[in-house]
Amino acid sequence: MDTLAALAGGFATALTPTHLMFAFIGCFLGTAVGVLPGIGPALTVALLLPITFQVPATSAFILFAGVYYGAMYGGSTTSILLNTPGESATIITALEGHKMARAGRAGPALATAAIGSFVAGTIATGALTFAAPVVVELALKLGPAEYFSLMVVAFVAVSAVLGASALRGLACLFLGLLLGIVGVDLQTGQPRFTFGMIEFLDGIEVTIVAVGLFAVAETLHLATRRKHGEDEIIPLQGSLWLSREDWARSWKPWLRGAFLGFPFGAIPAGGSELPTFLSYYMEKKLSKNPAEFGHGAIEGVAGPEAANNASAAGVLMPMLTLGLPTSVTAAIMLSAFQSYGIQPGPMLFVTQGDLVWGLIASLYVGNVMLLVLNLPLVGLWVKILKIPTPQLYAGILVFATIGAYGVSNSVVDLLVMYAVGIVGLFMKRYDFPVAPAVIGMILGPLAEQAFRQALTISQGDPFTFITRPISASFLVVALLLAVGPKLWNAYAASRARA
Amino acid sequence: MTITRRHMLATAPLAAGIAALGLPGSAAAQAKFESIFMFVPAGPGGGWDGTGRAIEQAARAAGLVGNFQFENVGGAGGMVGLPRFVNQRRNQANALLVGGSVMVGAGITNKSPVTISSVQPVARLTEEAGVIVVPGNSDLKSWADLAARFRANPGAVAVGGGSAGGTDHIALGLILKALGRNPREASYVAFAGGGPANAAILGGQVGAGISGYSEFAEQIKAGRMRALATTGEKRIPGTDIPTLKELGVDVTAANWRGVFCGPGLNAAQRQALIDFMTAVHATPQWKEILTTRAWDDAFLTGDAFGTYLRQDITATEGVLKDLGLA
Repeated sequence: MDTLAALAGGFATALTPTHLMFAFIGCFLGTAVGVLPGIGPALTVALLLPITFQVPATSAFILFAGVYYGAMYGGSTTSILLNTPGESATIITALEGHKMARAGRAGPALATAAIGSFVAGTIATGALTFAAPVVVELALKLGPAEYFSLMVVAFVAVSAVLGASALRGLACLFLGLLLGIVGVDLQTGQPRFTFGMIEFLDGIEVTIVAVGLFAVAETLHLATRRKHGEDEIIPLQGSLWLSREDWARSWKPWLRGAFLGFPFGAIPAGGSELPTFLSYYMEKKLSKNPAEFGHGAIEGVAGPEAANNASAAGVLMPMLTLGLPTSVTAAIMLSAFQSYGIQPGPMLFVTQGDLVWGLIASLYVGNVMLLVLNLPLVGLWVKILKIPTPQLYAGILVFATIGAYGVSNSVVDLLVMYAVGIVGLFMKRYDFPVAPAVIGMILGPLAEQAFRQALTISQGDPFTFITRPISASFLVVALLLAVGPKLWNAYAASRARA
Repeated sequence: MTITRRHMLATAPLAAGIAALGLPGSAAAQAKFESIFMFVPAGPGGGWDGTGRAIEQAARAAGLVGNFQFENVGGAGGMVGLPRFVNQRRNQANALLVGGSVMVGAGITNKSPVTISSVQPVARLTEEAGVIVVPGNSDLKSWADLAARFRANPGAVAVGGGSAGGTDHIALGLILKALGRNPREASYVAFAGGGPANAAILGGQVGAGISGYSEFAEQIKAGRMRALATTGEKRIPGTDIPTLKELGVDVTAANWRGVFCGPGLNAAQRQALIDFMTAVHATPQWKEILTTRAWDDAFLTGDAFGTYLRQDITATEGVLKDLGLA
């Protein structure tokens, strides 16, 4: 009951006109920056940091939280319509979402993303309200060994996304791993694959590669294929709104995505990419029509989008309860707390109760606001697809270029994006799947660091992965995922023969 | 509106700011600048950026400056931005570069041709001592317990901290050296950022942790981590954690931050910037910022700062050689 009373107090703070205005500005800005590739919530919050000199802490954090949630909404829009993920967490959304848009179903794709984000965001905010301290304590039990085993589960699961040819899939996975390894190695301080270039020491940004592989490659591909004189405009089919069937196929992925995303956001090495991959895999496995995956399955948008937003709420949990930032945006928000002389930590709920509960209440408010802001815009957004292809793709290219440059004002980033785009053109031409490259790039370095951290801690004993019970259970799950279906098929076959 | 200022930056003519330089003779009395160009070799939101913006805040409030411009070029511990500053702002009399000990190490490990020695020291502003912690429930009760373990076998205690070759790693290296062991024997576990490092220590994944005091402060106050020793010259105000020196280990290491100017400036031009920073340092606003952010005042200017810098470079180089990183 204490929690409910505190939350009610929080709503009293969040629903004042000033704070509603800050929440609205935050949501609006967030949606806008989520749409631009490269300019993510982290950069936006960083740019807004000077505002902390002017306004009280509660207002600033309501604004920041709005930006953070808004960016998660906005990122999906460009993924679906333009195949240009604005955020690494919305890369998976582009896989099915853009296929849906190409098939004239952009409206339902955007709608399921927006409603799914709302549902999952609200569930996760609820979980943040009531379960925060417990979940965080559990998350601390996970060390590098457990993270590595968790990555193994993810690798096994996502290799199912590799597509028709395992060889092509693996080739792309390794391309991704290679790109992910570039930069100074965290454990030894040695540069790898930087070719003496200072710009590569910090590694290559995932969104740069994703935009290169998706947007630039697609534009080049279209340019090479297009014949003069014919303009193909993607036809809009059916209703803009979700049909009864769409609802029926969406609501379960929303819920599953929410329950997958929240805990991953909360664990210190979770992030929002991993749960979107896993949600995609799960929906593909559970779907009644798995053949539709890769051709625009609505489940493949609903699940990952929900997971993405739920993890955003999850990330706030360790930050507020323990002062542990688990994402870049959270780390910058933490520095904003510090500029107010507030240290997030175990004591924050006690010492800054008003601030924390006001913030949490404003997350509920922000979610509603974002739904109201985004749903009516669906009709407006899909009109983008009525632009003739050459103009549309020229626009995408300009958009992608500005966004990529915006990440770090670096020309090298632009060159990388176009180089990757050209590689992507050939991958598309010769049927190499794009998703494994992105997955390899994100998960590979995480798994590598966790593996080596675990080995340093165990002083080089490789059995640490199987002697630690949680880690061992993850590995068993990975093993079951890998060989389970085959064993089941063999068993079913022998039953059929008998 | 600070954001628009950032955008204006791209179009602002380079020469516009140069006009501001005070006359050399009257420099000491007139520490005012019409405009200051602040180059931050890190992304917005980090420690260097915060230092630069704090200078702006104090200088503006005290009316020491008319116009303030920022440029952020992040990456590789400042090594991406530094060459750009040296090339483009070599002779610009109102251009300041924010930097610190991280830049010293990064220049050595990356074998960069342009290092912190390529710019002129203006003022050291703040520093933060490191602190060595163990999980709250650890059986290591005091520094003596941990030191005994380190002396016996440094590899047996996994120590978590920031990236390899960074400030935390260097401090641990100095400690092991002082205890008569080779820094390379350490089981140093590098984490990307304070969050994951905190989580690993709180969860008991590593035996000990080393990082800047502010990274661990809240956990120490809440009793979830035990602070054994700090690496500062003096005790951190408001705490009773002994320094390594008090404990008989001759090591001091601090993560300091300061400002620098271009290599092309003459002594008078540099002195004008030193006077400006001295005036900023004297403002009540600056004192207030130091308190709210819990930054330690470490004000040191000009040649005294230059001497300190050279010592810091030598010590850092020594440890990084031992670690096989230089």
